[in-house]
Amino acid sequence: MRLEVDDLKKVFGRPESLSDKPNMYCPGCGHGLAHRLVAEAVDALGLKDRCIGVASVGCSVFADDYFDFDFVQAAHGRAPAVATGIKRSKPDSIVFTHQGDGDLASIGAAEMLHSANRGEMITVIFVNNAIYGMTGGQMAPTTLVGMKTSTSKLGRDPKVAGYPVRVCELLKDLEGVAYLERVAVNTPAHVIKAAKAVRKAFEVQDEGLGFSLVEILSQCPTGWGRLPKDAVDWVDDNMVPYYPLGVFRDVTAKEQK
Amino acid sequence: MPEDRVLMKGNEAIGEAAIRAGCTFYAGYPITPQNELTEYMSYHMPKAGRAFVQAESEVAAINMVYGAAATGARAMTSSSGPGISLKQEGVSYMCGAELPCFYANIVRGGPGLGNIAPAQSDYFQATRGGGHGDYRVIVLAPSTVQELFDITMLGFELADKYRNPAMILGDGILGQMREPIVLREPVEYDPGTKGAWSLGNSAGREKHMITSVRLAPGTLEKHNMKLFRKYKEIAEKEQRYELTAVDDAEVIIIAYGTSARVAKSAVAAARESGDIRLGIIRLITLWPYPADIIREYADKGARFLVVEMSLGQMYEDALLSVAGKTDVSLLAHTGGGLPAEEEIIETAKKVRASDGPVEVFPEAAE
Amino acid sequence: MTTKTIMAGFGGQGVVLMGTLLAHGAMVEGKHTTFFPSYGAEMRGGTANCSVVVSDREIASPIVNQPDCVVAMNIASLNKFESRVRPGGIIFVNSSLIDRRVERDDVTEIRVPANEVAESLGDVRAANMVMLGGIVKKTGVVNLETLGESLEKVLSERAMGLIDLDRQALKRGFEEVA
Repeated sequence: MRLEVDDLKKVFGRPESLSDKPNMYCPGCGHGLAHRLVAEAVDALGLKDRCIGVASVGCSVFADDYFDFDFVQAAHGRAPAVATGIKRSKPDSIVFTHQGDGDLASIGAAEMLHSANRGEMITVIFVNNAIYGMTGGQMAPTTLVGMKTSTSKLGRDPKVAGYPVRVCELLKDLEGVAYLERVAVNTPAHVIKAAKAVRKAFEVQDEGLGFSLVEILSQCPTGWGRLPKDAVDWVDDNMVPYYPLGVFRDVTAKEQK
Repeated sequence: MPEDRVLMKGNEAIGEAAIRAGCTFYAGYPITPQNELTEYMSYHMPKAGRAFVQAESEVAAINMVYGAAATGARAMTSSSGPGISLKQEGVSYMCGAELPCFYANIVRGGPGLGNIAPAQSDYFQATRGGGHGDYRVIVLAPSTVQELFDITMLGFELADKYRNPAMILGDGILGQMREPIVLREPVEYDPGTKGAWSLGNSAGREKHMITSVRLAPGTLEKHNMKLFRKYKEIAEKEQRYELTAVDDAEVIIIAYGTSARVAKSAVAAARESGDIRLGIIRLITLWPYPADIIREYADKGARFLVVEMSLGQMYEDALLSVAGKTDVSLLAHTGGGLPAEEEIIETAKKVRASDGPVEVFPEAAE
Repeated sequence: MTTKTIMAGFGGQGVVLMGTLLAHGAMVEGKHTTFFPSYGAEMRGGTANCSVVVSDREIASPIVNQPDCVVAMNIASLNKFESRVRPGGIIFVNSSLIDRRVERDDVTEIRVPANEVAESLGDVRAANMVMLGGIVKKTGVVNLETLGESLEKVLSERAMGLIDLDRQALKRGFEEVA
């Protein structure tokens, strides 16, 4: 049997919203997966022409290169403030930020908390890999207790560095928040769930229900000094026990009740 | 005639002018002595169908302005010294990304928390860019409530024209005082004029990217040289000033803002009494510094007296402008201190009697 | 001709309104004028003051160090500003609340029972207007009629219901002072 190209059915390809630029993330990194999930959701919901992304500072500083819609690059931690300015000026646009843990939970904690509290109609894609990747593996606000980094060489000591910040738990009681879920991208099953969460977050924004945030637990093989295949296991063994997966707030569920 | 004038507070005049200039986004954070501006915008922006956000911090406010400006909005923020220091982050990013915005610094006494009295001590911060990197912002220095109004409208135009932040360097007196002013007609602002680069509604075109990151070797140098050419053009075309009684003056005062108000009265009083023939170059732009006109009078051998409410900050630009051709003297106050008319006249007489420059500081310095 | 006035009292006595109205009246009469309030932390603790300059020429600074007139609505204000008036200047004293006399002998003291007059009109809140009526009578810095008209522009919507009372109070204060 001989197949012509025309006989082939395309079952998998690059989402329209993703650019054709190869990304510069390390092998095994979760950022690229997170980008893909966003692009798929934007395509599926038909939001591409209205979509404006906000890149932050960290490994995803060049996120603007990887998408094929309008993008602006923000100062460290300020992406939710930039997104606020965009959304308030262009309320018909769909605005999301892509931020790492240092950017969102440390230097940008105030912007995160207050944009959530104001109920800004934006979506935050929060990639939590428990480390500062771009600057070379320093301790993040989300670094686990005992975890060794370049600024906690003996392991994070809560007596001097405090305990890791759980962002979803911190935001879940704010009235402005419409949707809040923690997912992971270390296994195919987790990726499928993550895709649904990202899509839900954009739907919630499009419906004007409030602030939405998806926390994506992501592996950082380089920063953790582990092989990619070990890093994905490390997420399940170490991160998930401290950062439980699940929906923390969903105003659409309340409406259904 | 009198009836079309209104009695308006400086801070409120800035707000009303911004709305009439087509400002569609304002974000602010409370700080004295500029609170009435934020309060004015909180009420009047939504009423005009525009966006107002009370931000969680000055840092957040300027970054909201960055986002709004990226969509083509005429965006604005305001603060006083301590808050303006925090805003430098966003201002630097906007210069790098070539985004226009307008902001006001209603200066109070520093350093640190200082006091809330009027001061001009943020001159260096304003005229040297203020934040990190190789950039400039357009700095405008009104001296009356009318000028606060007019210069706010002008500031939005200049910011858009050059795709660069422009600011007012005011002070607590200008922000707090009420004076009669004439309101100008609103302008029609069309954000579509920025459609070639602004964000949003991307159907049928290439994507737009706004960024200040340029990591590839050589790209930042190239970009900064583009900015530099722009700054040179601004420096050539936008020097603004007002001359009073300079041509036969024995001493020419250089001043701006509140100190220029007092100096202008001193000029009139000294002319009236016949004490000394004073003139004044009142600076309206601080960056670009009106160096050309100062140089012109320096070439004619004029002697200058800088009067400022800071310890010799603007003085340095005057010295650079005369480039050693003549002498420049200084009467300085700081920490909320104001020059008095008599003090200016006395200092000018000292200059006249002296062969070289004279420097007069507050007595408290001893 | 330039007249520099400092007005002072405790919060709620309407010192800022008094100053704003005077400046507005001056504007309507085509004069140069500035109004400058005390602001920020200075306002806290219950006292308020403002400076009004009215002139036929451009005004250098709205801040007044040596006023031609001081208006003291309470004793704390008299204590604070008595020494600042220029020799030959005027001190307006709210005699309803201030028992003591002005101690200086090189200034003119004008005593106005502002609270009592306002109360007789039915609302003590109009004491500021009684005082202002007295001020313009003595100084002639603006006309009484102008102030009556300016009230329409200066009063907040909330206070507009008191406009007739305020006009009456201005007039009574004007009559009170010789």
